[in-house]
Amino acid sequence: MIQPGLYQILFISTALFFIGIYGFFTRRNLITILMSVELVLNSVNLNFIAFNKYLWPNRLDGVFFTIFIIAIAAAEAATAIAIIINLYRSHQSIDVENAEEMKY
Amino acid sequence: MPNVTYITLIPLLPMAGFIMLGIFGRKYFKNTSGIIGTVLLLISTMLAIHTAYGYFFEYGKLDGIYQKMIPLHYTWLEFSKGVSIDMGIILDPISVMMLVVVTFVSLMVHIYSLSYMKGEERFPTYYAFLGLFSFSMLGLVLSSNIFQIYIFWELVGVSSFLLIGYYYNKPNAVAACKKAFIVTRFADVGFLIGILILSFYAGTLDFNLLIQKLTSPEASEFKNAVTTSFLGLSGLTWGLILVFIGGAGKSAMFPLHIWLPDAMEGPTPVSALIHAATMVVAGVFLVARLFPVFSMSTTALNLISYVGIISALIAAIIACTQTDIKRILAFSTMSQIGFMMFALGVSGFGGENGIGFTASLFHLFTHALFKALLFLCAGTVIHYIHSNEVKDMGGLRKYLPITHISFLIACLSIAGIPPFSGFFSKEEILLAAFQHNIIIYFAALITSGLTAFYIFRLYFHIFWNKPAIVKSDHKREGGLSMILPLILLSIGAAVAGFIPFGHFVSSDGSTLENTLHIEFSIAPVILGLTGIFAAMWLYLKQNNRPQKIAASMSVLYNIVYRKFYIDELYLFVTKKILFKLVGRPAAWFDKNIVDGLVNLTGNATEYISNKIKVVQSGKVQQYAMYFLFGIIGLAVLFIYIWK
Repeated sequence: MIQPGLYQILFISTALFFIGIYGFFTRRNLITILMSVELVLNSVNLNFIAFNKYLWPNRLDGVFFTIFIIAIAAAEAATAIAIIINLYRSHQSIDVENAEEMKY
Repeated sequence: MPNVTYITLIPLLPMAGFIMLGIFGRKYFKNTSGIIGTVLLLISTMLAIHTAYGYFFEYGKLDGIYQKMIPLHYTWLEFSKGVSIDMGIILDPISVMMLVVVTFVSLMVHIYSLSYMKGEERFPTYYAFLGLFSFSMLGLVLSSNIFQIYIFWELVGVSSFLLIGYYYNKPNAVAACKKAFIVTRFADVGFLIGILILSFYAGTLDFNLLIQKLTSPEASEFKNAVTTSFLGLSGLTWGLILVFIGGAGKSAMFPLHIWLPDAMEGPTPVSALIHAATMVVAGVFLVARLFPVFSMSTTALNLISYVGIISALIAAIIACTQTDIKRILAFSTMSQIGFMMFALGVSGFGGENGIGFTASLFHLFTHALFKALLFLCAGTVIHYIHSNEVKDMGGLRKYLPITHISFLIACLSIAGIPPFSGFFSKEEILLAAFQHNIIIYFAALITSGLTAFYIFRLYFHIFWNKPAIVKSDHKREGGLSMILPLILLSIGAAVAGFIPFGHFVSSDGSTLENTLHIEFSIAPVILGLTGIFAAMWLYLKQNNRPQKIAASMSVLYNIVYRKFYIDELYLFVTKKILFKLVGRPAAWFDKNIVDGLVNLTGNATEYISNKIKVVQSGKVQQYAMYFLFGIIGLAVLFIYIWK
């Protein structure tokens, strides 16, 4: 089995990051936007793991950070979904385009 | 010198009354505010008399000369080392004399107002304002430096403004209080510049130091002040003239007198206190306070003499034709203050030369008593008749007997008939004028004849002339609180002349004998009696002689009746010249240039914000986009450019 090198992993994480960014900007549905944000977060997680494994193999800081981020992402998802539900209740829609009253 | 710090209480007690009644009066002391104010002032008066007794008879003299003492001194605002505005108390004969006069007259007015102002809507406010005035006036006379006197000077101006405008729903009163404030304020600009000039030359604001430095011919400050010249007058003279302008404004001297007759719109006791006895003599007091410096400049003294005598003469002439009882008294006040002013102007400094100085302050003292009495009597009459016009009065001697007697005493006093107090002080003034300037003496002689005429014209109009047309049924002369001040002031006006005033007040603090020359008194007394008999002939019984005389010189009569058209002249100058030539261009500049600049800033801001506000679209994803590009921009900046 071929061991993937650092570059391959960084390539995948970069791709994942930009896929997430792309989704964040093009989707109109708030759930999808939230999913895109998760993609961005996970690409960062991958980065942490990869750097930890290849650059400082005998330390665990990157792993801890990743676990930390996963936990925070869960909390963030819960908060975001609560916001989305409230938005749905007041606007009968979860389309970002419909929630733009807060302008000049 | 004993401990005299209690002197601070004399002005501070009325101030406490002002604060208490001003803040809580309308809520808690609706009916008791008069008593509170009166009691506080009674304490002040007793302290003042105690001070006067102590100063004049116990500790004031050193080697037979009254000293200028500073029992209290406090550095208030220190700008830099040696340059500071201080607060202090000065005790010298004139300030102690004024303490007694101010507290006594103020107390009389407080007592009188208990009945006179009863039932007024703003009764507590009235007493609060009286307290403020008493505080400011007492502070003014006790001021130990020229800047402190300026502060209190403005404070008495403010309290005068407040009290003239007491009936704020009367348009006349509102106009009068504005007029009084603006005219005196205008004069005070001169005063301020004068203070700056004098203190610039002397290098100090303190009265004692200032007088010391500007009067000793060896001092470099004095040499500096008299050798600098501007428009033909020395720096010292300019400073003194400007200070005198401030005094002339407050003391209603020609041509700044126009506010005084209008100030009669205020309540009558206020006119008695402020516009007759105390505040209007502040100008005389100021000149007396700086008299040693004034005596160094003949030009300034001559100016004072001529302004004084012109004011005295024209005010007496105008008073002969007026028909409003309070306005007659106002012009009479102006005329008497003119007497005090020219008496200072003809005086020299020190010893026998200073007779004018003593005479002036003596007249200030007696005038305060008899003029306050005249005004309070006028208040009783107005209270009874409900009118200010003399034509509505007549034959009141049976209805107001005490007022009648008091008024008669005051009239005899102001007319200079012996042995009433006005005779002695006026005699001394005439003597001083006779010794120094014969023109002024004759003008003063004529004026004193006119004084007797117009005051008895008023007297006969009120108390004799025609049968009384009285239908009011309320108590005739008010309660005891309206009668008591009249009686006390009558006693004062009758006997104050026997005080050997020169023993207490003189220009250099030494003793000056009041000498009475019988042969010298003959002319003024005969003129005064002539004035009285002329008034009697014209006004004792109702007849048509006054109208005939007025008609026979109608042009002259009208000019005098309209007060020499001075008010009209002022209106012409302000409305037609100042407003048109200065006001309009200034308004144009303000509207177009100043406002234009401000509006330009505003408009430019609005235009730009309108253009850029679209950025704030409310679309979350757009904001995220800005954020992303911002981050990318920063990343580029940090990685490639700002290594």
